[in-house]
Amino acid sequence: MSDAVLDKTSARDESTFDKGYLGAGHTLRSWLFTTDHKRIAILYTLTLTVFFFVGGIAIALVRIELVTPAQDFVSADEYNRLFTLHGIVMVWFFLVPSIPATFGNFLLPLMLGSRDLAFPRLNLFSWYLTVIGGAFTIYVLLAGGVDTGWTFYTPYSSIYSNSHVIAAATAVFVAGFGTIATGINFIVTIHTMRAPGLTWFRLPLFVWSMYTVSIVIVLATPVLAMTLTLMMAERFLGVPIFNASEGGDPLLFQHLFWFYSHPAVYIMILPAMGVVSEVIPCFARRRLFGYDFMVYALAAISLIGFFVWGHHMFVSGQSPYANLVFSFLSFIVAVPSAIKVFNWTATLYGGQISYEAPMLYAFGFVGLFTIGGLTGLFLASIPIDVQATDTYFVVAHFHYVMVGGTVSAFFAALHFWWPKITGRMYPETWARFAAVLMFFGFNFTFFPQFIMGWAGMPRRYGSYPPEFQVYHVLSSAGAAVLAIAYLLPFAYMIWSLRWGQRAPGNPWQATGLEWQTPSPPPKHNFDRVPTVEHGPYDYHHEGYVDQKEEIAGSMQTAQTDGDQE
Amino acid sequence: MTADSHFVFLPAAASAHARHVDWIYFGLIGVSVVIVGLVVALLLTFGIRYRSGSPAPRGKLPEWVSREIEIGWTVATLFAFIFIFWFAAASFLTTIGAASNPLEIHVVGKQWMWKIEHPNGVREINELHVPADVPVRLVMISQDVIHSFFLPALRIKQDVLPGRYTSESFTADKTGSYDLFCAEYCGSDHARMGGRIVVMPKAEYQAWLDAQPGAENLAGKGRQLFTQLGCAGCHFEKGHRRAPDLAGLYGSYVQLAGGGTVRADEAYLRDSILQPARQVVAGYAPIMPSFKGTVSEDQIFSLVTFIKSFSGDREETTQ
Ligand code: HEC
Ligand SMILES: [Cu+2]
Ligand SMILES: [Cu+2]
Repeated sequence: MSDAVLDKTSARDESTFDKGYLGAGHTLRSWLFTTDHKRIAILYTLTLTVFFFVGGIAIALVRIELVTPAQDFVSADEYNRLFTLHGIVMVWFFLVPSIPATFGNFLLPLMLGSRDLAFPRLNLFSWYLTVIGGAFTIYVLLAGGVDTGWTFYTPYSSIYSNSHVIAAATAVFVAGFGTIATGINFIVTIHTMRAPGLTWFRLPLFVWSMYTVSIVIVLATPVLAMTLTLMMAERFLGVPIFNASEGGDPLLFQHLFWFYSHPAVYIMILPAMGVVSEVIPCFARRRLFGYDFMVYALAAISLIGFFVWGHHMFVSGQSPYANLVFSFLSFIVAVPSAIKVFNWTATLYGGQISYEAPMLYAFGFVGLFTIGGLTGLFLASIPIDVQATDTYFVVAHFHYVMVGGTVSAFFAALHFWWPKITGRMYPETWARFAAVLMFFGFNFTFFPQFIMGWAGMPRRYGSYPPEFQVYHVLSSAGAAVLAIAYLLPFAYMIWSLRWGQRAPGNPWQATGLEWQTPSPPPKHNFDRVPTVEHGPYDYHHEGYVDQKEEIAGSMQTAQTDGDQE
Repeated sequence: MTADSHFVFLPAAASAHARHVDWIYFGLIGVSVVIVGLVVALLLTFGIRYRSGSPAPRGKLPEWVSREIEIGWTVATLFAFIFIFWFAAASFLTTIGAASNPLEIHVVGKQWMWKIEHPNGVREINELHVPADVPVRLVMISQDVIHSFFLPALRIKQDVLPGRYTSESFTADKTGSYDLFCAEYCGSDHARMGGRIVVMPKAEYQAWLDAQPGAENLAGKGRQLFTQLGCAGCHFEKGHRRAPDLAGLYGSYVQLAGGGTVRADEAYLRDSILQPARQVVAGYAPIMPSFKGTVSEDQIFSLVTFIKSFSGDREETTQ
C-alpha cells in the first residue's frame, strides 16, 4: 500500500524542515516560544526520548548486576538508587506523559479539525513544567540519587532514607502539574473545538481515549501532589503524619499513593488503547468493531479504576474485609479491558489486512496486553497475590501492561503518524524487523520473571539466592535484545528525516481528519475547516468492498493528495 | 526450596495451605491458557484468512449479530470473572479466623535483621525454627520502617509495620529448610534481610528448644518486668483499686470511658502501655503514665505475653 503512493519525484530535493509547520521558523526561539501544538509535541518527544534513555541506562546497569547472584557490579546502595531512578523516570517522565503529550498534542486538534488546542500558551507552560521537573530529576541523579523506590513508601522516605528524597519528590510534584495542565487543555479542547458535524459519537477512539485519560489525570494527579507534600512535610519539617512513633499512620501514605497510582496505570494504558483502536481498523480496512462499546469501556475503566487501589495492599495490614471488596472490584474493572481485546480481534473479521509496521506493533500490543491483563486477575485473587506481590511476578505483570502494552502502542503510533509528523516515510523493512525483535525481546526478558516471581524471588534485590540465577540470566539476555530493538527505530527514524521518501498527505488511506491535510501539516493545520458527515473508520461501509473498487478508490485519494501539496 | 539447590521451577509447598494455593494458581493458569489461546487463534485465523487480497469471502454482517455478540461476551466475561473471584476469595475467607491455641512466636523486624523470640524466651536471629503439624502464629512488629515477612514455601507474606502488630499463621507439614525473605523494600541491605525457616518434627523442635541458651518463660519475663516497671504497684494494688484488674483481660471486651467498647487484642494491650490516655477504661481516672521510650519492643512483647496469660489465680502467689 505504501509503495504505491510514494511521491518519488520530490524525494531528495528539500530538507524535511522546509515544509508545513516545520518550515515556519528555524531559530531556537521559534521552537522554545512556540505555541503551535505540533511544535510543542516535538519538544515533548525530544524531552521524553532523553528520559527514556536515562531510565533505560539505569535498568541496563540493574540487569547487568543481576546476572550473578552476588552483589558485585554495583554496591547495594547504588543498586537501590538505580532501580529507583529507573522507576521514577520511566513512570513520570516517560509513560505518564508519553502518548498524550506527544501524539495527543500533535493529533488532537488535527483529529478535531481545529487549528490548535484551547489554551496554546498553557500547553507550552506544561512542557516547561515537565522540563523543570526533569531538571530536578537530573539534579537528583548528579547529586547522588534517591533510594526509596518509585513508590516513596513511608516512613522509609519520610524519616529513614539518606538520599535526595525532597528533590526527587519535587521533580514528580512539578511534572505532575504539567500533566494536569495538559489534561485540562485536552478536556476543554474536545468540548469546544470540534469541527462542524463532529458529534461525540463520531469522534475517533483516540480522541475518546484522550478525553477519558484527561479526566483521570485531572482527578487523580492532585492526590499525588498532596501525598508527596505530606511526605515532604514530615521529612523536612518534622510534621508527624506517617511516623508511627509519633502517632502517625504509615499505611495512610500507601492508601493515598495508590489512590493516585492505580488510576495512573490507566493514565498510561488508555492512550495506548486509543492508538491501537486507530491502527487496527486502518490496516484491516475495516470499521472498528463495537465502536460504542469501546467508548463505554473506556469510560467504565476510568470510573471503576478509582476504586481498586487497595489491591496493592492485600498484605499491608489492611482489613481482610477491605481486601475482599478491592479484590471484587479489581475483577470487575478487568471486564471492559477484556471487551476491548475481543473487539480489536473481531475488527479483523472480513478485512483486507496488510502488515505494515504499525499493525505489527498493534498485534504485539494485543497479545502482550492480554497476558498482562490476565496476570492481573492472578494478582486480584487474594491468596495468589499474597505469594506474588512484591516479587518478580508483579514486576513481570506490570511490565507486560506498561511496556508490552503502552510502549508497543507508542511505537505503533510513532510509525503510523511519522509520515504525518515529519513528512517522510520510515524504512518499512527495518521497521518490521524492529517490531518483531521488540516482541521477542520483550517476552524473552519478562516471561522468566513470572516463573521466578512465583517461586519466591522478591523484587528490589541486588543479590539473591543462586536458585534464581537461570531466570535472571535469561531476563538480562532478553533485555539486551530489547535494547537493540529500541535503538533500531531511533537510528532509522533519524535516518529517514534526511533520506526517507517523501510522504503524501494520506499514505495509509486512513479516514481520520488528520489525514486530510498535507504532511507535514501547515502551521494552521487546515486551509479550510473540514466538515464531518459520518462516523469514524469509514473503511468498509458494508463490511465488504470489492477489491478492484478499493484500489481504484485509493488511487483517486492519492491523486487528491498530490493536488493538495 | 533449600538454599543449596541451583534451580527452582515451582516453589516447595510445605503446608496444606500452600498446596491449596497452588491449586488455585494452576486453575488460573488453565483459564489464561484458554483465553490467550483463543485470542491468538483468532488473531492468526482472521489475520491470515482476511489478509489483503485473499480470496476469502467477506460476507456482510447484519447489525444485530454484532450487538448480540457484544452483549454475549460482556456477560460471559463478567460471570467468568466473578466466578474466579469467588473461587479465590472463598479460600481466603477460611484463613481469616486463625486456628485456636496456636504456638505464638514473636518477630521483631529492624534494618536489616529479623529477631525472633519463642514462647519460652529462646531467641534467634534470621532463622525461625518451628515444629511440624503445629499451628503457628507469628506476631510481628517493626522497630523502624516497614518490612515484610515472606515465607514462599508456605505461600504467606505479611508486612511488618512500625507501631502496630500484624500477624500471620501457618501449619507447616513438611520438614525441611526453606527461604525466608524480607519482601518490602527497607533500604540498603533489604536484599540481605533474609534467612530461613526450619520445619522440624515436634520432638526435635522440643530438643532444639531445650538445647538453646537463655530459655526462660517469656510470660515469666513479662511478669518480672511488670513488677520492675511499677505496673504492679497500680494493677496489683490490694483493696481499693486505682487501676483495672488485668486477669482474663485478653480477648474480652472493654468498656471505654468515652462510650463504646473495644476488644482487648494484642494491639490494644500494646496501645494501653504506650498511649494509655487514648483509650481509657470506663470508671478509671487516666493516671497511668505512658511507657513510650522506656520499654523496648522486646519488652512490650514480654509484657503483652504476660498479660495474655494472666488469669488472676497466680496473683496471690507472687504478692
Ligand atoms: C499509676 C498507676 C498505673 C501504672 C504504674 C500502670 N498502670 Fe496500667 N492502668 C492504670 C489505670 C488507671 C488504667 C485504666 C485507665 C486507662 O485505661 O488508662 C490502666 C489501664 C491499663 C490497661 C488496660 C486495662 C483494661 O482493662 O483495658 C493495661 C493493659 C495496663 N494498664 C497495663 C499496664 C502495664 C503493662 C503497666 C506497666 C508497664 C501499667 N499498666 C502501669 C494505672 C496504671
Ligand atoms: Cu492497581
Ligand atoms: Cu526489606
